[in-house]
Amino acid sequence: MATQSLVGTKNRSGQVVTDPWKMMHEAERSPCFFTGSEVIKEAIRRANCDVMIAYPITPQSEAAALIGELFAEGFIGDYFRGESEFAVMSQCAGAAFGGARVFTTTAGPGTMRAMENFPMWAGARLPIQMIVTCRGINSPLSIQPDTLEISYLLNTGMLVWHAETAQDFYDWILKGYMVSEEPDVHLPLALCCDGFFVTHTKDVVNLTPADMCLPPYDPYRSPVPCMDMECPPVRMMRDPFVMKSNYISYATHASWQQEVWAAVERSRKHAIRWLDGLIEVDRPDAEILIVSSGTAVSQGREAQALLEEDGIEVGIVKVKTLRPWPEEEIRQATKNAKHIIVPEFNVTGWLAKEIRATIPDADRVYAGPHVCGGMTMPPEVIAADIKKHLGIKAESLAGRGS
Amino acid sequence: MSTMYEVLPGPEHFLPPAAASMGVRLPDPGQAHIHGKIVNEDEAMEVAARQFLSAKVPTIFPGPLVLWAWNEKAAKKATAIRHLYETIKESVSPSQQAMLIPMPDYRPKYPKINPEIEINPNHPNLTIWHNKIDACMFVGVHCHQANLSLKIIRGGTYCYTMAMCAQAGHEDAMVSFRDATADKIMRLADWVKKLKGSVEPPKD
Repeated sequence: MATQSLVGTKNRSGQVVTDPWKMMHEAERSPCFFTGSEVIKEAIRRANCDVMIAYPITPQSEAAALIGELFAEGFIGDYFRGESEFAVMSQCAGAAFGGARVFTTTAGPGTMRAMENFPMWAGARLPIQMIVTCRGINSPLSIQPDTLEISYLLNTGMLVWHAETAQDFYDWILKGYMVSEEPDVHLPLALCCDGFFVTHTKDVVNLTPADMCLPPYDPYRSPVPCMDMECPPVRMMRDPFVMKSNYISYATHASWQQEVWAAVERSRKHAIRWLDGLIEVDRPDAEILIVSSGTAVSQGREAQALLEEDGIEVGIVKVKTLRPWPEEEIRQATKNAKHIIVPEFNVTGWLAKEIRATIPDADRVYAGPHVCGGMTMPPEVIAADIKKHLGIKAESLAGRGS
Repeated sequence: MSTMYEVLPGPEHFLPPAAASMGVRLPDPGQAHIHGKIVNEDEAMEVAARQFLSAKVPTIFPGPLVLWAWNEKAAKKATAIRHLYETIKESVSPSQQAMLIPMPDYRPKYPKINPEIEINPNHPNLTIWHNKIDACMFVGVHCHQANLSLKIIRGGTYCYTMAMCAQAGHEDAMVSFRDATADKIMRLADWVKKLKGSVEPPKD
């Protein structure tokens, strides 16, 4: 790997280019008490990033603005504001086509507005990293936490990871580049978190040293030519095979799509190594399992503690990556479970649907509780739903104001 | 995901799956794969050499990463590929026709391509049908483009595909090496030389 030869040298801001495995696993960490937005800034400070393109939309605006400070401090090669989310994502593509390590952030309606770009990024094999600080997307307007937008990202061909905590966020931003820039993967990563719950609350996060950074991106390892205007994928609309009507042009396009999803599959091996598995399991032998992603995992842990007081043992499965989907891991983790509870911060229950499609005896899955539109999910609600599901009488939190 | 799927010569299907989606995993450094199974590199070297020696039209498809001398490594690899081709040519019987067909770039060649003289990811099956190529090796082709071609070839032809990849390898080839260097290509040429005369030539 060419970039390995740069280990030990200094980058433009004087940071020492460090072996990423050593930086993430062996370097001394120092605790800080930061918001999720500040943590994004600190991760990007160490990511040796070339370009960040910003556009304001709550709740990611603060992180985008903080990265502007990094640019002023010399840690980012270029930084500017796009004209809209659609423009931002198109500009990210241009920068990545040109061989830059690219970072951006978005949220809610911004994600939806830019959506056309995401399958394009994946099809063009651009390893752009996009933070998605999830919020409501529907009318009437809501800026509050809601994870519905993740479901729209699942079939774009992007890698989709769902962070639970600010610590996840910090580590996964840096590790994300290492996975998504592998030549056999080389796909964009949507690193999602639950807006406000993670971005605007403070938590203790252990940071790697600020004078260390990742090796730079090496565009010469890309699986497609870098910025060749004559060849697909840059040559999009002149007369590539997509514009032709014959068997081989359709077959080539089909093969292209399959190759994108093959690359998602290949990311599995790298993500397992960097994230220490695609899922995390606590008490795998429990008959009742809470399977969830994002901050619903944290609420699940609290519910687990509440139920333990009542003598009910509950296990937790934290799903870290949604693409690649940890199919085999979930099947294994749930094989002994009699009741699988899937709490979610969205109205449709997309995670429960994915789990139902993955495991045998899918009627073991209880899709809920669901909250959305910014509602919190008190652990008591999860605990009460589990008890209700088991036929145990439970107190309801409804009507607390009466 | 465990897999029973084997990456074998086709014609496999109207639209064959990507081998990665069927659970085939790429080898780690020092390894290779044969038909989707991870093996040590020498085992794959022997299989690749035997394929070249037993094919009617053993063919190397060098891609743009080795056709243009954009760095010293590329130039060295090109010399090694030429050597491999010459070795195959010298090692096969007169009834066999070794070929070296370039893939100079990936520009769409519509409305026409001359499949006698070049291969293109958009027309890999045409080139192979037209030249009756029954064993080929991709080398110096960008990974994405190589995978497109390898899969289309597997879908529609009986050609035995091999890949000498400078990165992580190709599940969609029947035999795949990773981390290709000029030395590794020379080693393959040594295997061809070593097995010369011990492999039965194809029957008409």
